[in-house]
Amino acid sequence: MLETTWFLLWGILWAVYFILDGFDLGIGTLAPFLAKDETEKRTCLNAMGPFWDGNEVWLITAGGVTFAAFPKAYAVMFSGLYSALLLLLFALILRGVSFEFRNKVDSDGWRKVWDACNFLGSFLPALLLGVAFANLFRGIPINAQGVNEGGLFDLLNPYGLLGGVLFVLMFMEHGALWLAVKTQGALHDRAVRTAKGLWPFYVIVAVAFLAYTAVETTLFANFLNTPALLSIVLLAVGSLLLLRPFIGSGKILLSWATSGVTILCVTLFGVLGMYPALLPSSLSPEFSITIYNGASSTLTLQIMLGVALVFVPIVIIYQSWVYKTFGHKITQEDLDYHHAY
Amino acid sequence: MDVLLLSRLQFAVATFFHFIFVPLTLGLSVIIALMETKYVRTGDETYKRMAKFWGKLFLINFALGVVTGITLEFQFGTNWSRYSEYVGDIFGSLLAIEASVAFFLESTFLAVWVFGWDKLSPKAHAAAIWLVAIASNLSALWILIANGFMQHPVGYVIRNGRAELESFYDVVFNSFGLQEFLHTVSGSWMLAGFFVMGVSAWHILRKNELDFFNRSFRYGMAFALIFSLFVALQGHTHGNEVAATQPAKLAAMESHWETRKGAPMYLLTVPNPSGEGNLIETLPIPYMLSILAFSDPNAEVVGLNDIPKDERPPVALTFLAFRAMVGLGTLFIVAAGLAWLWRNKLQEKPWFLKALVWIIPLPYIALDAGWTVAEVGRQPWIVYGMMKTADAVSPITTTQAGVSLFAFIAVYSLLGAVDIYLLRKYATLGPEA
Repeated sequence: MLETTWFLLWGILWAVYFILDGFDLGIGTLAPFLAKDETEKRTCLNAMGPFWDGNEVWLITAGGVTFAAFPKAYAVMFSGLYSALLLLLFALILRGVSFEFRNKVDSDGWRKVWDACNFLGSFLPALLLGVAFANLFRGIPINAQGVNEGGLFDLLNPYGLLGGVLFVLMFMEHGALWLAVKTQGALHDRAVRTAKGLWPFYVIVAVAFLAYTAVETTLFANFLNTPALLSIVLLAVGSLLLLRPFIGSGKILLSWATSGVTILCVTLFGVLGMYPALLPSSLSPEFSITIYNGASSTLTLQIMLGVALVFVPIVIIYQSWVYKTFGHKITQEDLDYHHAY
Repeated sequence: MDVLLLSRLQFAVATFFHFIFVPLTLGLSVIIALMETKYVRTGDETYKRMAKFWGKLFLINFALGVVTGITLEFQFGTNWSRYSEYVGDIFGSLLAIEASVAFFLESTFLAVWVFGWDKLSPKAHAAAIWLVAIASNLSALWILIANGFMQHPVGYVIRNGRAELESFYDVVFNSFGLQEFLHTVSGSWMLAGFFVMGVSAWHILRKNELDFFNRSFRYGMAFALIFSLFVALQGHTHGNEVAATQPAKLAAMESHWETRKGAPMYLLTVPNPSGEGNLIETLPIPYMLSILAFSDPNAEVVGLNDIPKDERPPVALTFLAFRAMVGLGTLFIVAAGLAWLWRNKLQEKPWFLKALVWIIPLPYIALDAGWTVAEVGRQPWIVYGMMKTADAVSPITTTQAGVSLFAFIAVYSLLGAVDIYLLRKYATLGPEA
């Protein structure tokens, strides 16, 4: 029971990370195409300004919780996906410093370098996270010793790549909507148009991914065994379909929240489908790392549950307050502010 | 080179680099919080400008500290997977607690502080920087409790083929980890003091904004003086802890080969590890090593020759790093003491102001030397007495480890150079930039 609770928390932490940092990564990916001049570029950065760092901590917490609750899964997953993971980390490093460095030297060339870093540091993590999670859903060639027998390029199979494309589109849609929430005028209109334009591709890829999942993975088995869980799939599809009319009716904040629900349900669909494995082996189910052979001791899981139940709600409260305090639309005054990006 | 050596080098590069930025964050956040509190109490705008100016430097420094911290957490999994699997039950939970208790608070409220000057009341805004200061030091506490477990494992039981938690209380209140915390944090606050004092000295020399930089200088001086003394005194207690728990490390720190009672300390020693002795051993202070290690002139200090060869740390590096740390620590007390003595006639001592600028990098070297003693001196163990570093490395290929090590060196050198350039640029531009 304790292991199952932690498995669910583990999945939810990743989903929260995708929902929160997803819009940052989406805006970073879209900015070079959406922002027409320096003011608009800075507006994109400042739309993420007070939030991106706090959002990224959810990734650190998701990683930390993997380590704490399922150390064997953490060990096998992180060493097995070595190259992909380090690529992800370097990309996130470049993105992080680009915020701080970009406006520190008054030169177009300098700004271009950090704009490129922000784009790469947003697009690449979106793609890599999608590729990595799709490969987890599909199973990784882990042998009896817990060693991944495949290499970086084995991750780039068609299903893995489709997962990558899905994540990029999911985050771009989510990012366009957050940008629309935070802006006004021409940039706002362009962000809304982009969200509308991306939506059909998002739907097609999501449906294709769902169908491919039925063929390529065993994720659906859990859902067929417990049909009540299918509500998650229905909610994912339903929220995705509702998204377009919501955008059309101009309810942008609601659309953004709906997009968040889709991300939550897509993540939970994958995670619940893998249960009880965190790291299914494609070689043999015996080699899979599951909540039974990969979890921490009962004492550690209990203590960590206590910590999580006290501190995660506190974090949610103060981060919500930050969103409320800084959620207004960006104005010229915000861009002139001495600490603005 | 093999995966083990490459992974060790990579971890060393990543940790040392990360630790260039962390100590300033730990100390400067507190100094800025004090400045802003003074502004809230007195309404004196100069203190507000001080908080903003030092805050800008803080942010440039923080950017690299935060992004390089993530790779450290993940490297335990990528490069040290056998270690992670073996002690994750204890070690992993400490890192997860650090993230959920401290790091969220630090990252979230730093953004509030940065973007909130016009949105929050002065009191609420000052509270934000206090939360950042508390959270970053709380973060250090959890990380050092985790490192304390690697230095002196307690509160565990070997079960199911791994180390499992037996007493959370023992792990958290491990005196080794708490000593490390006090030593690291006081060293960091001292470093921040010298940073603020050095940058202020540069401007005082040029007569820029004298009132502004004289006041800043006082903050730096107080931190440098108090914490250079504290870190030395507390270092003695910490040394006792090392002597009691890690005799091999202590012997390597002093290049002490023969076990003896009433051991002296030699002011000039040239180690000769291959000959299992010292080439030169002269200028003894009688009983000093016994006193330093056990606070007892007649105590017996175990020598390296009584420790099995495969359980001895690299002697030369540990010895040199320890001497560098102690030597520099002494210099810091002298420099901070002179700054206090001459605080009212700084203008008459331009050479001293110049010296203070040049001293800025030295605390960084001293702190990294301290970590060299702690980590190299712990070898060949990754968890002292429990697990050897050689048994901890991931089953990855030499190519993977080699390429990533190269990438770390390339990316970090580039970013480090940019960051130091920006710090220098904004430090010298002064508060009006």
